[in-house]
Amino acid sequence: MQQQITLEIFRYNPDDKEGPAYKKYEVPFRKDWVILDALNHIKDRIDGTLSFRWSCRMGICGSCGMKVNGNPVLTCASFLEKLAPGPIRIEPLEYFPVIRDLVINMDDFMDNLKKVRSWIIHEKDDNLDEEYLQTPDQLSDYKQYSMCINCMLCYSACPVYGLEPGFMGPAVIALAQRYNMDSRDDGNKLRMDIMNAEGGIWHCTFVGDCSAVCPKNVDPAGAIQRYKLEGARAWWTRWLLPWGKE
Amino acid sequence: MTIFWWTRKKSYLRFILRELTSLAVAFFTIEMIFLFWSLKEGPDVYHEFMEFLRSPVLVFLNLSAMAGLLFHSITWFNLSAKAIVVKIGKARIPGKLVASVNYIAWIIISAVIVWILY
Repeated sequence: MQQQITLEIFRYNPDDKEGPAYKKYEVPFRKDWVILDALNHIKDRIDGTLSFRWSCRMGICGSCGMKVNGNPVLTCASFLEKLAPGPIRIEPLEYFPVIRDLVINMDDFMDNLKKVRSWIIHEKDDNLDEEYLQTPDQLSDYKQYSMCINCMLCYSACPVYGLEPGFMGPAVIALAQRYNMDSRDDGNKLRMDIMNAEGGIWHCTFVGDCSAVCPKNVDPAGAIQRYKLEGARAWWTRWLLPWGKE
Repeated sequence: MTIFWWTRKKSYLRFILRELTSLAVAFFTIEMIFLFWSLKEGPDVYHEFMEFLRSPVLVFLNLSAMAGLLFHSITWFNLSAKAIVVKIGKARIPGKLVASVNYIAWIIISAVIVWILY
């Protein structure tokens, strides 16, 4: 078995005039190591200047998403063994501005998340003494979409997000659906107006790779297509039927 | 982003093929419009149009368009379950069953057309 494996890592320091470059690192090749272990080994033992985000090491926090050999993955879930014999190329997630090395700026996502009101909206004022009950069946309607960990892999897999400035992208739309389908929420109409506007669901051309790379099986592509169907139904009802309501 | 972004991944290529094969749908639609027009113009024009369709170039074009149309229809039928979520009672109908409704409708409509024609 090989003893070492080479990692080619994208390095960028905004204060450095030379611009971005790939740097090679040799790390021990261990069966039980994931890419994140190798990155931490580099950071601790070889080059302390390497910057990357990580936290939980178990596919929950969604912070260690990077491009590995061109594919967006969670580095805590990608074993070196599967990528042997190397070299393994590690880059920041595509289509995001890079802050430094493997750290991306995801402000666009955070802004859009606010824009679609990704929280429960009540038409009436909240009554804190009242319980909002929900059956397991009602929970199952949106549970899949609530599994999103905001890891941004779907954005990096989505060519439309790269091509269309202003497109909200897969996770934001899936998360909007998460609240639309929640039996306790009354914000569907409000979100539909945002989704039907520029930057919303109609930019999606259904490439489908967002769902293929999602580590939590959220299926954002499915969420967007369901949204489109609902949007089209609402439009036809509003314009064609005199008694139509959205 | 380069305009050849779709060459980077197999799944992107499949997507572009699915989109491009919509041209085959357009081709057949236009051909059908001409066919109806030739029918309206009378037997001479109709036979002339039929003769035109028998030319090797048109046979090749039609066969290619047919292949494109099949790819287009099948890929879209298989994706339909993503958009259409049907629940009976508490159970969600499996995606394959939703997609198969398209195929059944396709077979029935085709059979009716064949029955009318022959």
